[in-house]
Amino acid sequence: MAVTQRPPIYSGSMIPSPIPTVLEVPPELRESEDILQVNFGPNHPSTHGVLRLVVDLEGERVVGIRAVIGYLHTGFEKNMEQKTWWKAITYPERIDYVSFQYNELVFVLAIEKLLAMEVPPKATWMRTLLCELTRIHSHLIWLGTGALELGAISLLWYCFRERDQILDLFEMVCGARMHTRYFQAGGLAEDIPRGFYPECRKFVEWMPKAIDDYEAMLSRNEIWLERTQGIGPLSAEDAIALGQSGPMLRASGVDWDLRRDKPYLAYPDLDFRVPVYPNGDVYDRYRVRMDEMRESTRIVEQCLEGMPEGPWIADDRKVVLPPRHELHTSMESLIHHFKIVTEGYRVPEGEVYVTVESPRGELGCYVVSDGGPKPWRVKFRAPSFACLEATATCMTNALIADLIAIVGSLDSVMGEVDR
Amino acid sequence: MTLVVDPARLVDACTYLRDEEGFDFLSDITPVDYLGWGEREVAGYYGTASGRDIDALSAQGYARTPEPKPARFAVNYHLMAIRPGAPVVRVQVWLEDGQSVASVVPLWPTADWHEREAFDLMGIRFDGHPNLSRIIMEDDWEGHPLRKDYPLGGEPVRFSGEE
Repeated sequence: MAVTQRPPIYSGSMIPSPIPTVLEVPPELRESEDILQVNFGPNHPSTHGVLRLVVDLEGERVVGIRAVIGYLHTGFEKNMEQKTWWKAITYPERIDYVSFQYNELVFVLAIEKLLAMEVPPKATWMRTLLCELTRIHSHLIWLGTGALELGAISLLWYCFRERDQILDLFEMVCGARMHTRYFQAGGLAEDIPRGFYPECRKFVEWMPKAIDDYEAMLSRNEIWLERTQGIGPLSAEDAIALGQSGPMLRASGVDWDLRRDKPYLAYPDLDFRVPVYPNGDVYDRYRVRMDEMRESTRIVEQCLEGMPEGPWIADDRKVVLPPRHELHTSMESLIHHFKIVTEGYRVPEGEVYVTVESPRGELGCYVVSDGGPKPWRVKFRAPSFACLEATATCMTNALIADLIAIVGSLDSVMGEVDR
Repeated sequence: MTLVVDPARLVDACTYLRDEEGFDFLSDITPVDYLGWGEREVAGYYGTASGRDIDALSAQGYARTPEPKPARFAVNYHLMAIRPGAPVVRVQVWLEDGQSVASVVPLWPTADWHEREAFDLMGIRFDGHPNLSRIIMEDDWEGHPLRKDYPLGGEPVRFSGEE
């Protein structure tokens, strides 16, 4: 079968041709007896879920690769079309189960945009704070498991120690450790408990020391450097062409962060740095995420200091549940409560696309409403989905052992890829 | 901003947007099925900023049908420019069932999987795509699950002992 060669988009582009996401075995090797095809996954400890990679090997060299996804498809988008708006909020969190708050946030922001709703500042700041805690949480899981795959077993336990502190904070706020469903259209589900601030402050004081510990274990560790430096390079042009975002893009030298460049929540009022590294290899992705954890800790600290007083949810009885105590005395409150719980609130007709910077990159949510109590269509732009498209490009000239490091550095969560 | 584009001119429009206007980043491709859109009235009150007054005529018992759409399917391309201000634009093409649209993979390689997903879940065909196959569902799956006429729980249940 003749393969039509497509000229590369940019000179020096490493994106495979003709299919950008499939590295095909070169024609001169295709007929040789030395090619071994290996199924990597779908159940493999280092694929972070159920990712299947069909790898062609010549000795230890990777000469062909194709990613197969879909093993974790659960039909979230179809399910959300059957639920009322406020019941559908529980679904997005389960899409990306490592950075749950972000998925919840982006859907809630989309509803609020369609409703043209004002959110009280306290809710905005608390959302920012919780999202940055989630970013630390997500990067900790990435660091712990990523290092584990390359043989640094002890780091996993350190990372999960700090992760547990974050989960304790989530539990304090909303009663659940994961999948919190704390964001409502209009604000937060409940007020912030008083004990949260001192505990969160303790965490903010502790976290920089913990990050110092991680870096002491890895940054000058020769094995770590050998396994990560110069591995899986991705140029800035290729990264943009392949739709990479977040740490992947910043590790390739593109200074781009939606928190700064397209501000939302309380980010315009916060002081933070966007780490950018030029080489686009696994090591730079590691450094970007380490720096981001430090910056996120600073953001959480600023949120604690700047947290405004006031209501935590908008006073809009058509959308927001009335306060519980009013139900005993006010008939109107009871009616509103009944209407919202049974029928749900209605969202005006329209379509909206909202993006936020999740730990994995640009997380988008496209929502269409027909004016009824259920979403007509919900679509998530999953950053992990785009990350995995870069597998073939990063794998050029890689060895089988590098495959683990490269796939780990993409930081894809399969729940989000397959949705 | 939404640009509604004639399906035949999609690649021209996208080439212009990428090369002349600097929209070098394709965020997402989203197909939407509008089958059954506007067939029933949407009754009830709106919780909008303007419609909060419970006594207002537009607030309660208000029935209307949503705006009709030009065709059954819409395919939305969300583009972003990587430059200060982060401008975004939505390119929208309208397609009938069975109608295909040109692939944008030559412009943005990231469109590869997005178009495969649109084909798999919604049945939109993209001409010139190098590998238009199922991506999320199994290779031998029948139907396109995100279509509005695809039933929920449409998968037949098999019992043990069944022939």
